[in-house]
Amino acid sequence: MSSHYEAPIREPLVTGDKSYHDVSVEIAAPIEGRANKSWWIVFSIALVAFLWGLGCIIYTVSTGIGVWGLNKTIGWAWDITNFVWWVGIGHAGTLISAVLLLFRQKWRMAVNRSAEAMTIFAVVQAGLFPIIHMGRPWLAYWVLPIPNQFGSLWVNFNSPLLWDVFAISTYLSVSLVFWWTGLLPDFAMIRDRATKPFQKKIYTLLSFGWSGRVKDWQRFEEVSLVLAGLATPLVLSVHTIVSFDFATSVVPGWHSTIFPPYFVAGAIFSGFAMVQTLLLIMRKVVNLEDYITVLHIEYMNKVIILTGGIVSVAYITEFFIGWYSGSPYENYTYLSWGAATGPYWWAFWALITCNFIVPLSLWVKKLRRNIMWTFVVALIINTGMWFERFNIIVVDLSHGRTPSSWAMFSPTFVDIGVFIGTIGFFFVLFLLYARTFPVIAQAEVKTILKSSGEKYKKLRAEHGDE
Amino acid sequence: MYTLPSKLKITAIILMVVGLIGLVIGFLDAPDNVEEVKEMMAAQSHHGEEAEHDEATANMNEEGYIETAGRGIKGSDATQEVDHPVAGEGAHEADSEAHYEHLLHQLQTKPWSALFVSAFFFFMIALGALVFYAIQYAAQAGWSPVLFRVIEGITAYLLPGSIIVFLIVIFAGTHFFPWQNEELVAEDKILQLKSGYLNFPFFLIRAIIYVLGWNLYRFFARKYSDRQEEVAANDYRPYRKLFKASVGFLVFFIITESLMSWDWFMSMTPHWYSTLFAWYIFASLFVSAITVIAMVTVYLKKGGYIPFVNDSHLHDLAKFMFAFSIFWTYLWFGQFMLIWYANIPEEVTYFTMRIENYNLLFFGMLILNFVFPILLLMNSDYKRVPLFVLIAGTIILIGHYIDIFLLVMPSTVGPNWYFGLPEFGGLLFFLGLFIIVVGSGLGKLKLLPKNNPFLKESEHYHY
Repeated sequence: MSSHYEAPIREPLVTGDKSYHDVSVEIAAPIEGRANKSWWIVFSIALVAFLWGLGCIIYTVSTGIGVWGLNKTIGWAWDITNFVWWVGIGHAGTLISAVLLLFRQKWRMAVNRSAEAMTIFAVVQAGLFPIIHMGRPWLAYWVLPIPNQFGSLWVNFNSPLLWDVFAISTYLSVSLVFWWTGLLPDFAMIRDRATKPFQKKIYTLLSFGWSGRVKDWQRFEEVSLVLAGLATPLVLSVHTIVSFDFATSVVPGWHSTIFPPYFVAGAIFSGFAMVQTLLLIMRKVVNLEDYITVLHIEYMNKVIILTGGIVSVAYITEFFIGWYSGSPYENYTYLSWGAATGPYWWAFWALITCNFIVPLSLWVKKLRRNIMWTFVVALIINTGMWFERFNIIVVDLSHGRTPSSWAMFSPTFVDIGVFIGTIGFFFVLFLLYARTFPVIAQAEVKTILKSSGEKYKKLRAEHGDE
Repeated sequence: MYTLPSKLKITAIILMVVGLIGLVIGFLDAPDNVEEVKEMMAAQSHHGEEAEHDEATANMNEEGYIETAGRGIKGSDATQEVDHPVAGEGAHEADSEAHYEHLLHQLQTKPWSALFVSAFFFFMIALGALVFYAIQYAAQAGWSPVLFRVIEGITAYLLPGSIIVFLIVIFAGTHFFPWQNEELVAEDKILQLKSGYLNFPFFLIRAIIYVLGWNLYRFFARKYSDRQEEVAANDYRPYRKLFKASVGFLVFFIITESLMSWDWFMSMTPHWYSTLFAWYIFASLFVSAITVIAMVTVYLKKGGYIPFVNDSHLHDLAKFMFAFSIFWTYLWFGQFMLIWYANIPEEVTYFTMRIENYNLLFFGMLILNFVFPILLLMNSDYKRVPLFVLIAGTIILIGHYIDIFLLVMPSTVGPNWYFGLPEFGGLLFFLGLFIIVVGSGLGKLKLLPKNNPFLKESEHYHY
């Protein structure tokens, strides 16, 4: 695939004097060790948040959607905002594992495993909202085209909400398979190192009898490439279909043709911010600074600059075309003069500040290599991208075509509780993952150790690279 | 060193001469006044039966509506016309007179449009190649440095190409841009609203900025990449400058490309708007450029000028052709489906015109731009076969020529299109010019860029 030669100008991707064995030991360490006190504290907090959210969900379903802050004008608010936000976060994982694989970016190997885990867990959170925001969630199975006793009553395939069902479920299943195939050699490594019989049994089951023969590896790479080729159009289409929920409508501000690529760019933007948030902590806690280096952080910040730039151009386009259309209704869309000065001005300016102004600081090399600053910016982007979805949904709905139905939205504690619950659930899953799964794809990192490892690059510099 | 073979040079000159003749005839053939249009119409249809005439006028009214709603030819209030259908014989006469007037305008616009379609098509290839080049630098690609000189050769066409396109859009006036017609704007409220953006001085300034910016980057890119050859090994200062220039250019490009698309294409139908439009044009521009890079690479490789390029490089270029063909289709579908689905009258006119009057081209280009590339270039082995790349490339280029044709023609000449002498002439003329400029551009370059920090990776590149 790629040769062992690498231009000396490239910075090393694995620092320290690492051998293959070191890689195995350091990646297996968190699984083989025991959780410390701070892990239990954080896990408990996440669990409590999750249980609280679960309570709010049960309360909503058993009492009725009316316990949320929705009204007749604004029928979608936090529910769909959170849905789109979580789906968007999930997209970075597939981008890292699939798109960066197609572009042969070696640096992805240290971050892909956790990014994919993040995808799966984020999509699980997202998947809750389409169900619980239904008035009658127990009839949710009606969205599936199953032959039935109502004279085989079927679904209408014209609705983007139905496309969502297919998009999200396909996305989750393909991501899961992609993730799991990548995990096989790593589980096998844990299996082979395990000393406790119970652990050995578990990882034997998980690794599907991987023995690492040449033929297996050959097919493994082939499958990865095919899945990456399939996952790339999938990741584009999934968020495109999510964007269709809005863009196919005739609501001013929603009906915009730029939504498909713009939502995808925004998804990658927010997803990478979440990857940064998680990995900056993880590399510290699990001692993986030699694998997830400052260079990785800088590369991810560059992706954030790129996608943030694309999103900014889309903002400008939306703002401009809103004016250019000459339609008076376009004057109160989420990116318009009306929005900047109207009752939701704070949401508008939160969006502009968080997604446009603050990320500009990453153009400065010193700042994008600064870990603390990266962490701050990543959190700000996560907030900003939540506001983007909130603005698109709520601001556009609040001032529709008929002034007599203009309304404002304010969330109830249940709206907020459900959102907090999903954040809790996400961290419950992610924390469990970090203790039981190899968080870095050791098999892949080993393939670049000799071309991109610091030790070997030094050797080449001393002895020539022929 | 490459020199344009004299045989190819003579062919290109012949193409230019023949093309020029076609264009000149196209301009001379355009009618000067309404009488000539009537003569032309009479010559075309030998009927003259009143019933058929009525039917024709009815069709014209419908076309008129589509035209009006999208383009603002006869004032803004399109619905008014539908609400008050033509009553009485007198009004009927007046309306048909107005129709001939309109027809005259479209027929006069036809050679201009033919000129513009081809001029822009070849210009966008040079511009797209420049963007691809900048991306390769910004991404620090390790596979492509052996192709940099080939790409630089193609971008040699940017300077003449951009000047020609600039002159066309500046002098086309109301042929392309109804908002430059002051009488029309005076009675059109929507166009008055937009006049803060759509006014000639601002339009001119913007066009100058785009063309200047793009050419400046191309100038400095050439300069730094030459200087990199002269400096000592391991001195990468010129390379770093070029890296920074490339990043800056990409930012400049994404903004100016959007504005350019709105200015030069979207404002041909000034009542119509679509937020995706600029990115859609970008996709067309980019995939065509990569295709031409691949085809020129195959040509030079066959001539033995670039022995350091292997089939893995070709494979990568073909992958880009494949991927961006799909990307183009994605954006095409995104724009079309959303407008079709919501079916908002002021937006849907754009596609109504294209589907009713350009049906075969409109859907046919999907086969050329999507179905063929996806089938031909899916197989990994095929992407390494020069013949396959050439076949797929030719199909993609024809498809994207049609795409540009469909951006311009329905907006300017409406239903009165045919692929005639001026269209063909324009295509031949600019093809000839492109071959000569790119050929002599390549002749000025050493085809292997020395000293590039990633050159060795690129020479040893194998996939």
